[in-house]
Amino acid sequence: MANRTASEKMRIIHDTKRPMLSDYIEELFDDFVELHGDRYFADDHAIMAGIGYFNGTPVTVIGHRKGRTIEQNMDANFGMANPEGYRKALRLAHQAEKFHRPVINFVDTSGAYPGAGAEERGQGEAIARCLYEFIELKTPVVSIVTGEGGSGGALALAVADRVLMLENAIYSVVSPRACASILWKDPKREGEAAEALRLTAQDLYEFGMIEGIVPEGQTNAQLIRNVGRALRDQLAELSAEQDIDILLQKRYEKFRKIGVFRQINQEENEGV
Amino acid sequence: MGLIDLFQKTRETSMEMKPQEDDTVKVVKCKGCGAELKAYVYGKNLYVCPHCGRYGRLLARTRIRQIADKDSFEELYANLAPADPINFPGYAEKTAELAEKVGMSDAVKTGVCRIGGVETCIGVMDSHFMMASMGSVVGEKLTRLFEYATEKSLPVVIFTCSGGARMQEGMFSLLQMAKVSAAARRHSDAGLLYITVLTDPTTGGVTASFAMLGDIILAEPRTTIGFAGRRVIEGTIGQTLPDDFQSSEFLLSHGFCDKIVPRNQLRETLETILKLHCGPKAKKWQVRRHG
Repeated sequence: MANRTASEKMRIIHDTKRPMLSDYIEELFDDFVELHGDRYFADDHAIMAGIGYFNGTPVTVIGHRKGRTIEQNMDANFGMANPEGYRKALRLAHQAEKFHRPVINFVDTSGAYPGAGAEERGQGEAIARCLYEFIELKTPVVSIVTGEGGSGGALALAVADRVLMLENAIYSVVSPRACASILWKDPKREGEAAEALRLTAQDLYEFGMIEGIVPEGQTNAQLIRNVGRALRDQLAELSAEQDIDILLQKRYEKFRKIGVFRQINQEENEGV
Repeated sequence: MGLIDLFQKTRETSMEMKPQEDDTVKVVKCKGCGAELKAYVYGKNLYVCPHCGRYGRLLARTRIRQIADKDSFEELYANLAPADPINFPGYAEKTAELAEKVGMSDAVKTGVCRIGGVETCIGVMDSHFMMASMGSVVGEKLTRLFEYATEKSLPVVIFTCSGGARMQEGMFSLLQMAKVSAAARRHSDAGLLYITVLTDPTTGGVTASFAMLGDIILAEPRTTIGFAGRRVIEGTIGQTLPDDFQSSEFLLSHGFCDKIVPRNQLRETLETILKLHCGPKAKKWQVRRHG
């Protein structure tokens, strides 16, 4: 299973029988209360969020919502959030900070919604604000990419102390299809792009961008149990860190260290 | 087609690459209205077409020359150059070729300068290098710039333009959005001023990170600024979008930028704002709590 190609993984994560946010919430959280709205404009059904108990501890849960049927998917806009979705996420993240609850983010989106209204209401600003706020959120944050981690729309919910990915999940700067059509003018080469982009959980773990890969097991029940166990372990480790400044410093350094570049002689760079 | 025409074609191409610094080019054709402009007139007019008002895209060093006090710019982190972190087909060749052509190792120039006498950290993105897409080098240089400014208590001014994240660096590029935003946040938490100037085009991952995080967001007129690409949106909604969609004027009317500033007023506008925060007359109102 470790040698599945990126394209095979993409087929697996698009299987509608695969667990989705509502299944994780149902199985892993007790007394879940869904909370709605960004308090500015609307309630975005592409983001589902609320509070509940996780292994007896109150937590805030935020995630991308998808559906199984076409109606459910239309309602959830296929998991593609508008600015008000990210603003709802941020509102509830700040609420979690106030009440000293950890935040658990479930990431599964092909990307932020590319619509006219989204641009009018500041899609870029909404995502930027998530990055800017989650990095200094004074409570532990764990994110798990359960299916598709699509670009900025995924990153908005993945600035966290710990980022996990399911074994078959992907997380990419651009969809392989868009990459192939932009760079090679040929969307049919998406399989090739999927390999070239290095977007699997195994790739990201190797690059030091995520803290763990969660095995999926044979059944959905097993998969959800594994997710629950991984989240529990990460939160246990994080709660051992009592000093919030140290937690935030580590979170900063985790993102700070990412990047690969060369050092050259200055003269070489000055050119003409 | 005669030899002269061929030659002119070459000249036009080289104008595209570096309209500002090629002394051999005496005449420039405006890409907006087609008017033939004397290169030095165009330059004197800050690379704005005097006939149709079209804004030419600037090289980073030209922008710095227009904005910074004379000879005050000191470049920082010029020794960083792109690697090829995911061995993406053709990427190493592409960056090497552009480094030669544009005379920059990557798409941003960073450093310290004075603007109206105010010491300022400045970052200028340059669309001539892979449409100023953000990879590890752009992310690292801007992050270092914010960290330097935080340490020295200096304001930061960033001129943004970008096609978005640099997909040839895979996830290394996406995560630069978080890295730069984190450094901008620390700079802000230290009570320091950050101004962004949005220039054409500012899109994708740069819009969805530090471009939208300035305390004050300025924009050049008629600039394209947005998150998703226009054609992608048109494909999604099945409609043609109005011309001014995702323009700086559109941003201003929807409340996402503070002010549109013509190029010939940018310098003094920045100077005024910087002085209000960091000039000799800038002082912090002292608030005292009772009890």
